[in-house]
Amino acid sequence: MTTAPSTPVRRLNTSKAMAEAIAQEMRANPEVIYLGEDVGSYGGIFSSTVGLLDEFGPTRIIDTPISETAFIGLGIGAAVEGMRPIVELMFADFMGVCLDQIYNHMAKIHFESGGHVKVPMVLTTGVGGGYSDGAQHSQCLWGTFGHLPGMKVVVPSNPADAKGLMTAAIRDDGPVVYMYHKGVMGLAWMAKNQRSIGPVPEGEYLVPIGTAAVAHEGADVTVVTLGLSVHHALDVAEKLAGEGIGVEVIDLRSVVPLDRETIVASVAKTGRLVVVDEDYLSYGLSGEVIASVVEADPGLLTAAPRRLAMPDIPIPYAHVLEYAALPRPERIEALVREVLA
Amino acid sequence: MTDPSTEPARVPDAVRLDLYSTMVLARTYELAIQREYHADKGPGFDIGKGLVPGEMHLAAGQEPVAAGVCAHLMVDDAVTATHRPHHFAIAHGVDLNRMTAEIFGRETGLGRGRGGHMHLFDPSTHFSCSGIIAEGYPPALGQAYAFKTRGTGNVAVAVTGEGAANQGAFHESLNLAALWKLPVLFVVEDNAWGISVPRSASTAVSSNAVRAAAYGIPGVRVEDNDVDAVYAAAGEAIARARAGQGPTLLEVATLRMLGHFEGDAQGYRPELAEVASHDPIPAYARRLQDAGILDEDAIARIATSAAARVEAAITFAKESPLPDPADVLKYAFAEEA
Repeated sequence: MTTAPSTPVRRLNTSKAMAEAIAQEMRANPEVIYLGEDVGSYGGIFSSTVGLLDEFGPTRIIDTPISETAFIGLGIGAAVEGMRPIVELMFADFMGVCLDQIYNHMAKIHFESGGHVKVPMVLTTGVGGGYSDGAQHSQCLWGTFGHLPGMKVVVPSNPADAKGLMTAAIRDDGPVVYMYHKGVMGLAWMAKNQRSIGPVPEGEYLVPIGTAAVAHEGADVTVVTLGLSVHHALDVAEKLAGEGIGVEVIDLRSVVPLDRETIVASVAKTGRLVVVDEDYLSYGLSGEVIASVVEADPGLLTAAPRRLAMPDIPIPYAHVLEYAALPRPERIEALVREVLA
Repeated sequence: MTDPSTEPARVPDAVRLDLYSTMVLARTYELAIQREYHADKGPGFDIGKGLVPGEMHLAAGQEPVAAGVCAHLMVDDAVTATHRPHHFAIAHGVDLNRMTAEIFGRETGLGRGRGGHMHLFDPSTHFSCSGIIAEGYPPALGQAYAFKTRGTGNVAVAVTGEGAANQGAFHESLNLAALWKLPVLFVVEDNAWGISVPRSASTAVSSNAVRAAAYGIPGVRVEDNDVDAVYAAAGEAIARARAGQGPTLLEVATLRMLGHFEGDAQGYRPELAEVASHDPIPAYARRLQDAGILDEDAIARIATSAAARVEAAITFAKESPLPDPADVLKYAFAEEA
């Protein structure tokens, strides 16, 4: 269930909302720990753990050596023993050095044990580009995590969801990959989207894993997206509303499970579908969303579905090249207009 | 690095009898699984056929390592074993019926038939294993971390083969466990063969135990597949771990009597004809007889008891129901359990 935000609401940036959820769960449960590279006094390279060391100390907010295989595996073993570790993989791009622990161990133990062993663990990781960090530090890769079975995958796009999804992830009895887009964290040293600071309920707040949100209602075209692209899509929706075009923006919030019902219900209303994905185009989330609609009812679409994703190239470094590849607002707008034409 | 095998280990008589019985049980089990595995693979050899399908890795010859190490463990201590896991599972007290049922792919198995022989998980004994070389080491760190945090005094034992000592996970784990003084015993079973590649072709170090020096922890090599020596070395290392003094790396020169997997003709192996003569179990029986703590009657009694337990487990497995194909989508996620 979604806890209605009836409690007082303040404005926080996404990273503070994320850290607030972690702090609240750590106060409630001494078995919750957070470990990873630079999560202690630095507060996380993307501010995912700012302030936590001061309250919980170095035995619960734990800096690790640069050894992702060892410390992610450590999280798995601790979770198997009933602790609730949160483990940070600094960049999703680094999954290659530790992928075996993630997909062969963290994600499979519950299944292989026939449900007898639970792995209540959260793997947090920073994703996304737009700041010229190049091909090895800018990927989203949620399609890869989503493709490999056994782990839930969540992608908050705003502060309230960052808190609610983190709370749900920590309480989940299985592994959850929590992918935060750097561009929505509200970092002081990165171009800030206006929505990276927003209202966040105080106290306990949960967003159930596997439920998409209708971020903007509209009757003419459905834009399905997640992460930073939600903000771009909302910018487009607000602009086109001035022209009398109704853009419905679906914020997936969760890659696994995928809320196909909400997607299909929206397309049933609008008849048109644009999928925007900052992950790679081929074999990825955008195809999955379109297939889900077509499988549900091929008659729902009144126009061919369209998708805007990272083209199948490594992410370029030069700013002009990176922006030429990323799903930026002007390209979303152009595609929305195309599908309406 | 120390070499405890230069002095005869002093192991109490009752412990030595237990070590012998554990090794016999493990060997009896491996040979029974071998029999069942090959019983219905024909005509010819079809790896996917039969009551026990898939790859099968047996540990005959490596029993001294499991018996000597696990003799020091309590049920709440953890073991992460390799793709060749049965001897460690047996020595650590994993339920024989449920393990066998898992190997036979039955609903009563440890993993309800979802895991198989390389993926055995028994939370009641904190036992697990992995089909991926060296990747069982990192989770052992986490189990040790939980024990240390909770102050239980428990330890985690992480097992690999010597081929895995060249993997990154091995080295990252030694470093982190040493850094945080985690209560872990890292065990390397050096059976000299990484599938078909001899140890001499996979590393320039003569002993993996020397690698411990790189992480500031003790490294011990037992040279001769001697269960008494393993028992003594493991005892010291596990006592250190329980006392909060951190991990130890223990390598044992052991013997893979069979192929890497069942069906492996081992044409790459020049010393194959001599392997049987190095069998550690009859050698240990002779030593115990010479010491006057084992006689022919006791040998027969231990063999009979082991056979009865193993055959009962195989019967249990065969008589257990297969999983319901309608349940195939269960257990990917926790809430569906």
